[in-house]
Amino acid sequence: MTDLNAASAAATEAHSREFLVFSLGDEEYAIDILKVQEIRGYENVTRIANAPDFIKGVTNLRGVIVPIVDLRIKFHLENVEYGGQTVVIVVNVGERIVGIVVDGVSDVMTLTPEQIKPAPEFGVSLSSDYLSGLGSLEDRMLVLVDIDKLLTSEEMALVDTIDA
Amino acid sequence: MDISEFYETFFEEAEELLGDMERHLLELDVDEPDSEQLNAIFRAAHSIKGGAGTFGFDVLQHTTHLLENLLDHTRHGELVLRRDIVDTFLEAKDMLHDQLDAYRQGDEPDPEAFERICQTLKQLALDEMGKKVGHDAPGAAPAAKAEPERNPQPESESSGASDGSAEGRLNIALLGIADKDRELLVEELANFGEIIERRGDSSRYEVLLETSTSVDDIEMVMCFIVEPEQLEIVAAGAPAAGVSEAEPTSGSAKSEEESEKGGQQQGEVTAKPPEKTPEQPAKAESGKPAAKAQDKAKAKAKAASGGESSIRVPVNKVDQIINLVGELIITQSMLDQTVSEMDATQAGSLVNGMSLLQRNARDLQEAVMSIRMVPMDYVFSRFPRLVRDLAAKLDKNVELVTEGESTELDKSLTERIIDPLTHLVRNSLDHGIESPDKREAAGKSRTGRLTLSAQHQGGNILIEVKDDGAGLNREKLLAKAEANGVPTAENMSDDDVWQLIFAPGFSTADQVSDVSGRGVGMDVVKRNIQAMGGHVEIQSRQGQGTTTRIVLPLTLAILDGMSIKVGKEMFILPLGTVLESLQPRKEDIYAMAGDDVVMKVRDEYLPVVAVHQALDVSEAETEPTDCIAVIVQGEGRRYALLVDDLIGQQQVVVKNLETNYRKVPGVSAATILGDGSVALILDVTDLHRLSRTKREAQSARRQTTPAKEVEV
Repeated sequence: MTDLNAASAAATEAHSREFLVFSLGDEEYAIDILKVQEIRGYENVTRIANAPDFIKGVTNLRGVIVPIVDLRIKFHLENVEYGGQTVVIVVNVGERIVGIVVDGVSDVMTLTPEQIKPAPEFGVSLSSDYLSGLGSLEDRMLVLVDIDKLLTSEEMALVDTIDA
Repeated sequence: MDISEFYETFFEEAEELLGDMERHLLELDVDEPDSEQLNAIFRAAHSIKGGAGTFGFDVLQHTTHLLENLLDHTRHGELVLRRDIVDTFLEAKDMLHDQLDAYRQGDEPDPEAFERICQTLKQLALDEMGKKVGHDAPGAAPAAKAEPERNPQPESESSGASDGSAEGRLNIALLGIADKDRELLVEELANFGEIIERRGDSSRYEVLLETSTSVDDIEMVMCFIVEPEQLEIVAAGAPAAGVSEAEPTSGSAKSEEESEKGGQQQGEVTAKPPEKTPEQPAKAESGKPAAKAQDKAKAKAKAASGGESSIRVPVNKVDQIINLVGELIITQSMLDQTVSEMDATQAGSLVNGMSLLQRNARDLQEAVMSIRMVPMDYVFSRFPRLVRDLAAKLDKNVELVTEGESTELDKSLTERIIDPLTHLVRNSLDHGIESPDKREAAGKSRTGRLTLSAQHQGGNILIEVKDDGAGLNREKLLAKAEANGVPTAENMSDDDVWQLIFAPGFSTADQVSDVSGRGVGMDVVKRNIQAMGGHVEIQSRQGQGTTTRIVLPLTLAILDGMSIKVGKEMFILPLGTVLESLQPRKEDIYAMAGDDVVMKVRDEYLPVVAVHQALDVSEAETEPTDCIAVIVQGEGRRYALLVDDLIGQQQVVVKNLETNYRKVPGVSAATILGDGSVALILDVTDLHRLSRTKREAQSARRQTTPAKEVEV
């Protein structure tokens, strides 16, 4: 994993990268588009008992059982609703497939290395450990999420800890 | 073309061949070896040698070559088998295996080991063959060296002693061979025996050869170098040869028909009779029995290996197909559901098409699943060697009997059952079966009997390891259990006592041997088997032996399930765990101290697991009397699960939750229902555990039925 990150970091220096921009409440976030497998609606999620509330359950993605994480709940946003507009971004993290629920997907942006600024220690609802930077785009600010780190982190409880 | 691409194939094949070789060696009756078996062993060695040569695995090639030589003498009856010779062969086989592994890892095999095994084999050849040569036939002199470099084809074995080992002179004519090639050929021929005379020119060069090798074999070898038309082999005038070779023909009534089948080379020989040979007819016919034997051997080899009609496919490809078929089934049921809601009068042909699709999809699924099934022979075949070696080590006489080798089981399960079975077999040999003297004293035959059997039982496979040894010792077990702090009671039933040996750290061996007795065993065996969805039981009678029965599902990929409803959620219970279901009556429910609730079912008090409580299902029935109690069994215990409704019974495709998520308490896996949604498959035992911990945590605000008198 670290190799991959290092490699993509190295690539960033020379090339601009594409990001998928999504919204959570009023904030705009972005993840590396190469991590994204597909975008689909929120439907048919089977609840998993005794799991943290932000793990909505599992769903059937063409025969593969995929856990669904609601980042809105994880980031303590208000007005968490599920409707026709609720979007699930299916991402590939390592060898796993995980669906994340967001308020909406706006667009795909290309960011040059100059546009990516180091992440500050404050201002967002998640630890800066999971951020790979801030993207500034004229008057918009994108929070670049390191989705690998975020989803494999212990607090997401998506991955078995060693003793389990 | 990169030859290394074919390495893997060679390794796999060689491994199988070594397996065959071992099996045959073990089955071999030392006193009366079956020539077919000897040939099979020889063929295996020969094929490995060929492959090793092709890929440049010199050490492997050399070792197999030595072994092959010995085997060749064995099958020609020149080397009389003894048990220790078979042992040496087995040892050589192990060495070949090690070498193969080394090559597989990309290493060179251990040169010391190689030296050693070569020495052993050469010594054996020298000892045994030297004796032989000294005794009877000076003519058969070039013992170990007599083996031709390019060995005859595997099928070319000559039936027994008829013409194979017959001493005789052959007149071999080489037609139209250039001078320089001729020398090589003659040298090659010299490997077979002694050249008595040679004359002629390049158009026809004749060699008179005194040899013990059959015409057939020589032809086979020579055919690598020259065209069959360029070769004529006839038995020469030596009277002894004439008799011995003519003999087999007299019995062969079908000689005419046979000679037609007899293959090209023989036809060739008959077609061009050299004027010089008075014994010509005898010679011509001598080929026939050999040819017949050849056909027979071919047919047998085919029947035995089945290799020609199978393809080697990586398991993950098969798994992929199985997954896809699973998807197909799910899609089909989804469509089915949609179609069933349509108006049948308007969509008549669609409905018909759907039912056809359903049938085809099920057939396809069954067919695909059967690809993964392999016979238990795959597992059992490794035990003869183990038993033989262990018995020798322990100084016990043990006869291994296997039954039901053709019973089929999912490949992934066969691989996982090997370790537990090995353990059980070791245990039986070490602790179960007594030493010959003890057995005799107990009035039993000196040879112990260990039976491995497999059979289908409904959707399960039943595997038994049975010995006729001393059986388990109740007192010893109890004493040991107490010493280990395992709770016991004087009045425990025998079955309960036998279960004790599955406790961790338990060994009844008086002494720890390197065979077993370290006490890290039976609990692991039990855990492994439970992890495979099976269970294990022990039956034992003092002095009469012990039987361990393993019950496993046939496959892990598909499960017969009972779908249940709790609140608005659907769950699947493995049907194998469901015993019955009933409507609980108020008077059967008892609240126990410590928050436990039990239910009385036919004089038995079962712990109650409220599924809605364990899994936090909202909108579920909370009053036990409004629920349905499903009596389930897990890990030998029974529970009463409270659910809202039973939906029905269905086969489900098991999907791993841990692929993308993690282990979920109370849940063993997931599946996809007909409507495309995911349902969780419950793990009964884990569910009970979960409900206990939850109930303890929630005990403060727990509200149950009014406590009744506890009658336990």
